Amino acid sequence: MMIVAGQSQSTYFLEEEVPNTERSHTLSVLVDNEPGVLARVIGLFSGRGYNIESLTVSEVEHEKHLSRITVVTTGRPPVISQIMHQLGRLVPVHKVVNLTWSGESIERELALVKVGGRGELRDEALRLAQAFNARTVDATLESYVFEITGTPSDIDRFVSIMKECGLVEVARTGLAALARGRAGIVDSPAS
Amino acid sequence: MTRQMTGAEMVIQALADQGVDTIFGYPGGSVLPIFDELYQQDKVHNVLVRHEQGAGHAAEGYARSTGRVGVALVTSGPGATNMVTALADALLDSIPMVCITGQVPTHLIGTDAFQEADTVGITRPCTKHNWLVRRIEDLPHVLHEAFRIATTGRPGPVLVDIPKNIQFQTGTYENFKGKPLTQYNPPVKGRVEAIKEAVALMAAAKKPVIYSGGGVINSGADASRLLRQFVEMTGFPITSTLMGLGGYPASGKNWLGMLGMHGTYEANLAMHDCDVMVCIGARFDDRITGRIDAFSPKSKKIHIDIDPSSINKNVLVDVPIVGDVAHILGQLTEAWLDLNPTVDTAAHKAWWKQIDSWRAKKCLTYKNSSEVIMPQYAIERLYALTKDRDTYITTEVGQHQMWVAQFYGFDEPKRFMTSGGLGTMGYGLPAAIGVQVAHPDALVIDVAGDASIQMNIQEMATAVQAGAPVKAFILNNQYMGMVRQWQQLLHGNRLSHSYVEAMPDFVKLAEAYGAVGIACSKPGDLDAAIEEMISIKRPVIFDCRVANLANCFPMIPSGKAHNEMLLGEEVSDEEIGNAIGAAGKALV
Repeated sequence: MMIVAGQSQSTYFLEEEVPNTERSHTLSVLVDNEPGVLARVIGLFSGRGYNIESLTVSEVEHEKHLSRITVVTTGRPPVISQIMHQLGRLVPVHKVVNLTWSGESIERELALVKVGGRGELRDEALRLAQAFNARTVDATLESYVFEITGTPSDIDRFVSIMKECGLVEVARTGLAALARGRAGIVDSPAS
Repeated sequence: MTRQMTGAEMVIQALADQGVDTIFGYPGGSVLPIFDELYQQDKVHNVLVRHEQGAGHAAEGYARSTGRVGVALVTSGPGATNMVTALADALLDSIPMVCITGQVPTHLIGTDAFQEADTVGITRPCTKHNWLVRRIEDLPHVLHEAFRIATTGRPGPVLVDIPKNIQFQTGTYENFKGKPLTQYNPPVKGRVEAIKEAVALMAAAKKPVIYSGGGVINSGADASRLLRQFVEMTGFPITSTLMGLGGYPASGKNWLGMLGMHGTYEANLAMHDCDVMVCIGARFDDRITGRIDAFSPKSKKIHIDIDPSSINKNVLVDVPIVGDVAHILGQLTEAWLDLNPTVDTAAHKAWWKQIDSWRAKKCLTYKNSSEVIMPQYAIERLYALTKDRDTYITTEVGQHQMWVAQFYGFDEPKRFMTSGGLGTMGYGLPAAIGVQVAHPDALVIDVAGDASIQMNIQEMATAVQAGAPVKAFILNNQYMGMVRQWQQLLHGNRLSHSYVEAMPDFVKLAEAYGAVGIACSKPGDLDAAIEEMISIKRPVIFDCRVANLANCFPMIPSGKAHNEMLLGEEVSDEEIGNAIGAAGKALV
């Protein structure tokens, strides 16, 4: 399902198409890159009592001043479609796409993971990092910082293993996501 | 054509280019350059209010009674924060409004400067959109876009925050009217398949009902005309929300009265028992639906709304049609005529018979008195004595508001201004001033309660100064009547802080403001007193002393369904005390 500024929309067919259970949804939102746009989106979620599991935002088309917000939220289909419509009526929002509904998508996140310690644990941390295809981006005699990219659950797994190896802290970027296939958010037709 | 001018000049020029001749404002430090420009021209006229909230509601009243944009101009900090209630009010009732606020100079933003507030931050959730203009180059286009956003799609309030140094700077002005700045462009026409589906449902209906709302009024005169034609064509019964009153005439033969919490018995039971519901420009608000899981359980629902987020928000509907009411009513009419359906006349006849049996309950009956003025009687007399005039009614919020909705028959759109969504006490008087300024020769009456009127009573001075002969018709019962009624229903009649002990002498108060005061406490004197009020071409405060403890019925108690209404005549005190269950008490 997709909501496009300036196009007629309806939502009533949704209930037949998707199971009515609560689950996590990844929404891609194309917005004008203007001051306050992120505050509008976040304010909408907090003001209407929707939750945000993850949110990332960055300018994606400099000349057109367009940013892309990727937001992960949880709810039953009617709530998700309400969230999409509420996002769709914000003036700076161009398009809202539910990647979870529109088919397969690719989801990636990057994390920096710092572990500390000496001796056997330190060696173990490095071996595990290699097993997870994490890059070592900083090393001292008593610490490493690894960079890992993967799905959020890959990163969860890596972080939870690193807890056994002297985990100090983690910084995560939040989710970046795209639909598979040729069509992009800008030029894909409304469904 | 472009011209060089200051930011302050641009504001006035843009207003003039948008056809604005009247604004409502209050000056202050950060907005002085704009007021200085106002002083030096005569295209745009400012009505000086006494409180910024009053400017906002006056702009709302102006907008709702004319269909044009209401404009307010206030200063930074407290000027802007005082405006917040009016913006929230306009957002919930979809009123097109442009609010221009002054801001501290850009180099002082963020320093906690004198009269600095994060105006765009504070007003973000209570405007449709807002801007802080940090560059003079952006100002002309933003000003014109503000008007476009306020009026396009679902109307609403927008705010433009202009720092003082930008007001002084010189830049290039261009008239951007009709040239969008953003991609915002909501659809007006409904999907053809949805129209077909809706017409098929309506054609097969045995027990149809139309439930119309404020969207009909907002959509413009065409929408009301088409609605009347549509009702005539289909023969369907019609009810309406508070905001939609006047869209279909109260004197029309298919009219069921208002629906909802204080709606009529026939309207609510028709909603509960119908098999096809046609919702036109309304939004299934909780005051309308009552208990949501028992709301109209047997019906197929068609929902026409310009805002896609209204659809399936509270009630799941079967056929949503997103677009403008007037456009869609036109499409529906055309599709109905094309189909030329053979409706089930026998079923319709039986349905009307059923409706007539509900009507026979006469749910608005009240016990009249020859000793004391019953509030319902006061509204009935006010209606009888003003209905043949060019009359506009505004209200505050509470019992008096519901009595107006029940007992004042609105036959035309844009004649009734009330705070529906936000329920803002203090709305009516400034709104009446806004209406009066737009219609100088009309009779404009704010039906008020003794508590509500005191929330923005200072605007009497505005009315006197502006020469706006508004009438504040106060149903004075010494209580916050609706609060007291709820305390009786919900809280064992413990009347916590709902009695107004130190009531001002409204007649002297009127005189103190330079207006005229009238008091009346006997039913026999009421007509003459109302006639006197009408004949006075100055602002009037009418202190109508009414029965103190009257309740507003019928009523759907919180947490109950449409078919579980309390009717006035048959309710005992005990039933009132037990009317609302534990779960209902938690609702509002």
